[in-house]
Amino acid sequence: MAEASSNLRTPLILGDKKPIEVSDDICGILERKPTQLWWAAFGVSLFVLIVGAIATAYQVSTGIGTWGLNKSVGWAFDITNFVFWIGIGHAGTLISAILFLFRQRWRTSVNRAAEAMTIIAVLCAAIFPLIHMGRPWLAFWPLPYPNFRGPLWVNFRSPLVWDIFAISTYFIISSVFWYVGLIPDLATIRDRAKEGIRKKIMGILSLGWDGSYRTWVRYETVYLLLAGLATPLVVSVHTIVSMDFATSIIPGWHTTIFPPYFVAGAVFSGFAMVLLLIPIARKVMNLEDYFTMRHIDAMCKIILLTGSIVGLAYLTEFFTAAYSGSVYEQFVFMNRAFGPYAWAYWIMVSCNVISPQLMWFKRVRSNLYIVFALTIVVNIGMWFERFVIIVTSLHRDYLPSSWADYTPTIIELLTLAGTFGLFFTLFLLFCRFLPVIAMGEVKGILSYGRSKRARNVSKTCDEPVGMTPALEGEEA
Amino acid sequence: MSAHGHENDTPQVHGLIAEFDDPDTLLTATTKAHEAGYRAMDAYAPFPVHGLAEAMGVRKTYVSLVTLIGGFTGALTGFGMQYFASVMHYPYSIGGKQLNSWPAFMPITFELGILFAAFAALGSMLLFNGLPQHYHPIFNAKRFERASSDGFFLCIERTDAQYDTAQTKVFLEGLGPVEVSEVIE
Repeated sequence: MAEASSNLRTPLILGDKKPIEVSDDICGILERKPTQLWWAAFGVSLFVLIVGAIATAYQVSTGIGTWGLNKSVGWAFDITNFVFWIGIGHAGTLISAILFLFRQRWRTSVNRAAEAMTIIAVLCAAIFPLIHMGRPWLAFWPLPYPNFRGPLWVNFRSPLVWDIFAISTYFIISSVFWYVGLIPDLATIRDRAKEGIRKKIMGILSLGWDGSYRTWVRYETVYLLLAGLATPLVVSVHTIVSMDFATSIIPGWHTTIFPPYFVAGAVFSGFAMVLLLIPIARKVMNLEDYFTMRHIDAMCKIILLTGSIVGLAYLTEFFTAAYSGSVYEQFVFMNRAFGPYAWAYWIMVSCNVISPQLMWFKRVRSNLYIVFALTIVVNIGMWFERFVIIVTSLHRDYLPSSWADYTPTIIELLTLAGTFGLFFTLFLLFCRFLPVIAMGEVKGILSYGRSKRARNVSKTCDEPVGMTPALEGEEA
Repeated sequence: MSAHGHENDTPQVHGLIAEFDDPDTLLTATTKAHEAGYRAMDAYAPFPVHGLAEAMGVRKTYVSLVTLIGGFTGALTGFGMQYFASVMHYPYSIGGKQLNSWPAFMPITFELGILFAAFAALGSMLLFNGLPQHYHPIFNAKRFERASSDGFFLCIERTDAQYDTAQTKVFLEGLGPVEVSEVIE
């Protein structure tokens, strides 16, 4: 008997919960009044958002001359922020789609929040190209649409047009994936709600879901298909973002390493952002049994892996420059490390390459405060990575007479702050109105009934019955 | 689904529903019901219970096929649009590339393929599942609000060839349910 019990791995959800307790825990958050802590966080976020909105209104009405750009550095803060936010979004898709395909069952309690983060981050990212257009009301111009300007089409060979297709497809697919995942949980909220506005809204949003098994079969197929579609999509999105740079002839940008390097960096920064949000959500909403230390440990390992890939990419760039024999390429990299923006370069290296190496130690991974601090460090580092790539490559171009420096203006800083305000405002609203944990999925991996199955394990170990996959757990 | 009663005012019965305590009992019950020859039935659970589809004898779904077709349609649309624009409608030499510079058309071809495939997947799932549905008699079942939380139900519908109010009830009661009751349409 003891032998049979030892076959079972540590449960993914702690507290030996029953399905009804999961519903109570998760829906309870939505049914109670918001806490004072929530109001405080919401108030601060909303304030920052409003400040950002004022800055945005000012620069749109005045023109982007309010930015610190000049004729050499024509891309700086806005594109840095755009790539930064898109990258953050990628961890959500990685958790919800790629880990799903790899049957990493621990993802079930994290994926809902991570997907919400993806959608919000893509929204934040989309703001920057819109403002950069100068006249955001003409933002439809890069779309291929029938027009009366003679036969006039967009240039389909331009990576900026690819970008528009990639980002909008990514936003739509992430939203569809998220919504499909939400349907059964919305039905749970509907069924728990008393007659009233909540029941009405949830009744419409849950589409009359009844949990019939014929429905579940197709639902699961579609969920798997969407995961399979989102996986190559997320890789393609950051690949195309990197091509905005790689297809140009600027030294430091014109390199084939960019697509894999950008994708790894995106996952790295995205996981850092998830790991920043999860400990907060866990504390504020008492979800310690769902977001366990095991999740945090697993995500730390992914940060360590992708951080090391990013470090390797930095080295490879230097090697390529040295080996290329191109003086321009060599100059750009020497200038990055020792030129006027060397401070930014070394912030990037210490935050992205050195700090995640601490996560080799279990003591570090199991200390929430250190992990939390490291995720902030990584986010700062990844922001600086994009800044370094963009600004250092542009500010010293082929002609020394056109060399120039770039400093962001207060307007640009406030716009960046404003997107953080938008991000946290929307995330807090999500935590209030929608279940932060995919209840339907979590119930499938509960440990309840394990003791009963442990007794039968010797008899039925070859023949999976019922929810046996729940026993499997996985190697994090 | 049977038609509503039009001869008299007595409420029509949708079927008999049994509530179970846990997914394992539901799975065993469904297997037994299928073995006993019942076909017009459905199980209701708050989460996917693995093995239930096989137990109910549900056939493979066509959702994946529709998704594949959607994906190819999207890719063809994407490439077709770029080919039409760049070769036929607005031939313009850019960067010395040939008009049909197909490698540069691949990103948009790919993105539209994914987009259409996802729409096909979502659309066909909703269509085949009959969602959104405004009304379903199953929601009249006793304590059915628990089906989305922690209730496990098996409903044998009146349209089944073997359906017999008394016998089916006895059969369901033999499967270890919490309760068996009638569902009114």
